[in-house]
Amino acid sequence: MTAIDSGAALPKRRADFIPALLPVALALAALPFIGSSSTWITLTVAGLSMGMMIFAMASGLTLVFGLMDVLNFGHGAFIAVGAYMAALVLAPLAGWTQADALWSGLAALLPAVIVAMGVSAALSIAFERALIRPVYGQHLKQILVTMGGLIVAEQLLYALFGPQLIALPLPTALRGSIVFGDAAVEKYRLLAVIVGLVIFATLILILTRTKIGLLIRAGVENREMVEALGYRIQRLFIGVFMAGSALAGLGGVMWALYREQVHASVAQELTVLMFIVIIIGGLGSVTGCFIGAILVALVANYAGFLVPKLALVSDILLMVVILLWRPRGLFPVTSR
Amino acid sequence: MSPLLTLTGVHTHIGRYHILQGVDFTVPEGETTMLLGRNGAGKTTTLRTIMGLWRASAGSIRLAERAIEKDATPDISRAGLAYVPETMAVFSDLTVRENLVLAARDAALDDTRLAWIFGFFPALKKFWLSRAGTLSGGQKQMLSIARAIVEPRRLLLIDEPTKGLAPAIVGALVECLMEIKRGGTTVLLVEQNFRVAQAVGDRVCVMDNGRIVHAGAMAEFAGDEGLQQKLLGLSLDTHQ
Repeated sequence: MTAIDSGAALPKRRADFIPALLPVALALAALPFIGSSSTWITLTVAGLSMGMMIFAMASGLTLVFGLMDVLNFGHGAFIAVGAYMAALVLAPLAGWTQADALWSGLAALLPAVIVAMGVSAALSIAFERALIRPVYGQHLKQILVTMGGLIVAEQLLYALFGPQLIALPLPTALRGSIVFGDAAVEKYRLLAVIVGLVIFATLILILTRTKIGLLIRAGVENREMVEALGYRIQRLFIGVFMAGSALAGLGGVMWALYREQVHASVAQELTVLMFIVIIIGGLGSVTGCFIGAILVALVANYAGFLVPKLALVSDILLMVVILLWRPRGLFPVTSR
Repeated sequence: MSPLLTLTGVHTHIGRYHILQGVDFTVPEGETTMLLGRNGAGKTTTLRTIMGLWRASAGSIRLAERAIEKDATPDISRAGLAYVPETMAVFSDLTVRENLVLAARDAALDDTRLAWIFGFFPALKKFWLSRAGTLSGGQKQMLSIARAIVEPRRLLLIDEPTKGLAPAIVGALVECLMEIKRGGTTVLLVEQNFRVAQAVGDRVCVMDNGRIVHAGAMAEFAGDEGLQQKLLGLSLDTHQ
């Protein structure tokens, strides 16, 4: 047997830390303009918490696009469903949410989160089968059909829950701020940051340490070859679609509590923002989505403080700048 | 030898193009069959149609006694076919190890089998935990072939494994293919390099315009330069 020579040494791959350092660089660059360190801390934590909520909502969207090349403009519907489920579950638990003890506030949130994620995941099965499956591989039809699905879902929510805003007060224990020196940081925003970090760490662990994760990463890159190796990518896709929708439901709960109100228009309101985030991050990349969400939220917060009018277009401007620098996003995964 | 794979009157349309126009040939069990032909003759389409990556619009494809032309690609793969595409299609974001873990499907990686593979491809051992995207073209081809043989399969479909590789690597790759053949694995190999085809093939099928225009023993075909020129359009000297 002749052994093929091991050949040239493996070319050194330069670790690409630059995109991951962008949020830090942005935050440090903003400090001298903001002036006050306490304001800067407050704005930065607010940006991070908003970024984590956007990440929770958009992470499923980026995986679904990466894995199956599906542009799901109906993803926002699951955010709205999650928000309404939270309102539904928390209403009879007012005794717990109004208690001062942290444990009772969290104990009230837990069933709300479970129901929101479960209902969003269950509805996503019907959504995939009825709307997405007939238009695989047809981007234009995907946009039209899923956008139509979003509008139908929104109208159904209005029909079920009424067109009015529903108040969703934060649990009492999560109200108020924690003071670090001169800086006041809202408790709920800290909780959102922790939840976002846990979601990110869990997703990365699943993607890098489990066989399902390997299959997802392989499928994002070349789903045809995954099938040729004997795996049913359709089943994998449905699983990812459900998980992504469940995360959108969780994001909906977090967003509704942050705004302290529920309204079906949140679905359309956040759809464009989520697409901006996943395009900035690189379609199909969870890490890219994470960094992209933080960048979008930090820029929005800093711009809102420094140049309020600029905040209206800050996410679009950020996307333009990033795409001029890296046309396939910060962490490109798919070749599509 | 009884045929392991039989294609009868296979047609494939891709969009409005009629690529395969009634392909008939057999792949005997335990032998290496070369599928030759000019660019655009339909060789890659034939392999992809067998794997179910493009659907046959007519005709039958049988793996031993089982009709597979309507099966989904994962079922065809689990029936015992392994596919090495022309593009290699290694998962560049995954390590060498992770690529092979996926290829082994439900089985754990077998150390003995790995040692056998590393005997051909020591680079894969050296770069075991490196991302496949950082490998050179030759190393990616090694990984692509290793993925197909990491578990015993009934039939290997290999599409132009020597394309774009340095001559030194091509020679060793031929040795690897010979070793796979000696192990009794049935192989259907698309190859443009006639020297490689001659060295490895037991039988040859030549395609032109989406049909098989010649099928026979490789030894006979290799000895008939007139036929080679007629069917492949190039003499042996230029077809290397």
